Amino acid sequence: MKPNSPIFRMFGRSPIRPLQKHMAKVTECAKVLLAFISATLDNDWAKAEKLQQEIVELEHQADDLKTDLRTHLPKSLFLPFSRGDLLVLLKLQDNIANIAKDIAGLIVGRKMHIPQQIAMGYIDLLKRSIDTVEKTSLAVNELDELLETGFRGAEVSIIENMIQEIHQIEHHTDELQIQVRQKLYAIEKQLEPIDAIFLYKVIQWTGDLADNAEQAGNLLQSFLAS
Amino acid sequence: MIHGHLYIFLACLFGLLMTWGVGANDLANVMSTSIGSKAITIRQAIIIAVIFEFAGAFLGGIQVSDTIRHSIINTDVLNQTPQIFIYGMLSALLAGMSWMTLASLLGLPVSITHTIIGAIVGFGAIALGLDAVHWHQVKIIALSWITSPAIAAALAYILFISVQQTILGKAKPFNYAKRYAPIYLFLIGVAMAVASVIRGLRHLGLALTLLDDIFIIVGLGLVITVIGTFLTRKITIEPNASRHQHFVQTEKIFAVLMLFTAASMVFAHGSNDVAIAVGPIAAVVSVVQAGGSLLVKQQIPYWTILLGSLGVIIGFLSYGRNVIKTVGQNITSLTPSRAFAATLSAAFTVVVATGTGIPVSATQTLVGAVLGVGLARGIGALNMTVIRNIFMSWIITIPAGAIFAVIYYNIFSYIFGK
Repeated sequence: MKPNSPIFRMFGRSPIRPLQKHMAKVTECAKVLLAFISATLDNDWAKAEKLQQEIVELEHQADDLKTDLRTHLPKSLFLPFSRGDLLVLLKLQDNIANIAKDIAGLIVGRKMHIPQQIAMGYIDLLKRSIDTVEKTSLAVNELDELLETGFRGAEVSIIENMIQEIHQIEHHTDELQIQVRQKLYAIEKQLEPIDAIFLYKVIQWTGDLADNAEQAGNLLQSFLAS
Repeated sequence: MIHGHLYIFLACLFGLLMTWGVGANDLANVMSTSIGSKAITIRQAIIIAVIFEFAGAFLGGIQVSDTIRHSIINTDVLNQTPQIFIYGMLSALLAGMSWMTLASLLGLPVSITHTIIGAIVGFGAIALGLDAVHWHQVKIIALSWITSPAIAAALAYILFISVQQTILGKAKPFNYAKRYAPIYLFLIGVAMAVASVIRGLRHLGLALTLLDDIFIIVGLGLVITVIGTFLTRKITIEPNASRHQHFVQTEKIFAVLMLFTAASMVFAHGSNDVAIAVGPIAAVVSVVQAGGSLLVKQQIPYWTILLGSLGVIIGFLSYGRNVIKTVGQNITSLTPSRAFAATLSAAFTVVVATGTGIPVSATQTLVGAVLGVGLARGIGALNMTVIRNIFMSWIITIPAGAIFAVIYYNIFSYIFGK
C-alpha cells in the first residue's frame, strides 16, 4: 500500500502561500533601492555596487520562487480563483523585482549621478513607489485570510479598502513623477544629453514600480469577484 | 448440511481477511478529512474508530446487510442447491479481499461496497443466469452511487456557506463561532440520531413511538451540545486579538466539532460499509444454520457483525494508522471548518441512504462532499487528476469484483462439486 492514500492526495498545495512569499521577496528587493540610491548620491560606489548585487540576488530568489510556483500549478488543479488571474498577478509581482534590478543596473552601469536639483524630489518619488509596493504586499498577505473566509464577508471589504489605499498612493506617485520630470526639464540643458535621457528613463521606471504594484492590486479585485 | 461447518469457517476466515482490508484502506480514507485537517490526533482517531465502527455496524447496519443477502439476486431458484448460493457468497468475500488488496497495492481508493455488489451481480449473472439478478434493485444501487456523492456535495456546499455566513465572514469570527457552535453541535446530534440510532434501536427490538423518536433526536442533540460546549469552554480569545488570531481560535472550535463529526462519519462507515462486508458472511451462516434452506428468513447473526467490525478495527490498527500517520502533515489546504462541512454532510448522506437499505460507499460520498466545499470556494487547491483517477477506480471496481467472483465461484464448484 502506498503511504499516501489517494483521498489525501486529492488535496493539492494551495498556491497562496508561495505567492505571498514571492511578493515578500519582491518587496524586499524594491526596498533595497532606497539605500542604493542614497549610496550613489553619497558617491559611495563601492557600497552602491554591493547593494546592486544584493538587488540582483533578491531578484534571482524571486525568480526561483516564481518558477517553483508555476511548476507546482498544473492545469488540473481546481482553485477557488482563476488560474489565469493568479499567473498574471505573479507576473506583475515579478515585474517589480525586474524593474528594481534594471534601475540599479542602469545606474551602476552608467555611473549615473542624480543631480542635486532633482535628488530630493526623486527620493520622494522612490519612497512613495516603494510604499505602493509594500501596501500591495500587505494586500497579497490578506489572501490566506480571504481563503479562510471563503472569499466572502468582512475580509472582502478589508481588502477592498486596501486596494483603495493602493490607488491613492499610486496616484500620488504619478503627481510626484510629474514634478520630478519638470525639475529635470528645467535643468536638462545643463546636462549631457544622453545622461538626461537616461534620467528620464530612471524616473519612468521608478514610477513603473508603483504602476505594477497598483495593477497587482487591481487583479486582487478579480480574486474577490471570480 | 454437508460441509456446513467448513462453509461457516471459510466464510469467517475470508470475511476476516476482507474486513482487514476494509479497515486498512477504506476506514483510513474515511478518517482522512478529520486527521488531515489536524482537527483530531491519531490517538483520538483510533478511539473514535473503535467505538463508533462497532456502534455503527450494530445499530445501523442490519438493513444493508439484508439488502446484500436477499435483494440483489433471486435466491429462490437455489433452494434445491443451497451450496451454489454459499459458493457465491464465499466467492464474493474472496473477490472483495483480492480486489481490496490489489487496489491497495496499486494505490487505488476502492470501496468495498462497489466490490461486493459487483461480485454478487457477477456471480448471479454467470452462475444463475441474467434473469436471476434483480436488475431493478441493481439499478437503484448504481444510481445511488451517482446521487449519494452529488447529494453530499450539495449538502456540504450549503453547510459551508452557512458556516461562512454565520461565522467566518464576520468581522470578529471567533465571537460568532462561540455563539453558533452549540447549534452546529446540536445539528450533529440530530443528524446521527435521525436515520441511524432510532432505526438501529428498533432493530434491537425496542418498540418506539413517535414521541420516543423525538425524545431521542432532541436528547442526543442536547447531549452532544453539552459535551461540545464543555470541551470548547477553554478556547478563548483576547478582546483586541488580531483577525489572524480570530481565525486560529475559530478553527480550534471547529476542531472540537470535528471530534463529533468524525465519530458520525465512522458510525456511518460502520453502518454501511461494514454491514455490506458482513452481508455475505451472515448469508452463509444463516443458510447453514437453517439446514440449507434459503426460504427461512432469519435475523442476522449478531456475532457476524462483531466479527466484521473486529476485522475492520484490526485492519485499521495494524495498517490504517500508518496510512493516516504519514499523511496527516500533508494537507495544508484543509482546515477543520472545511473538514467539518464535508464530513458531516457525507456522514448524514450515508446514514440516510443506509437507513433506507441502499448500500452506498462512505469514501465515495466523502469525496463528493469535499468537492462540494471546493465549489463553495472553500479549499485552496483540489487535484482534479487525482479525483478523476478516484472516479475511474470506482468504475473499474464493479467489473473487477464481478470477474474475481466468477473465477472463485468456478474454483469452488470444481473443488466441492455442484
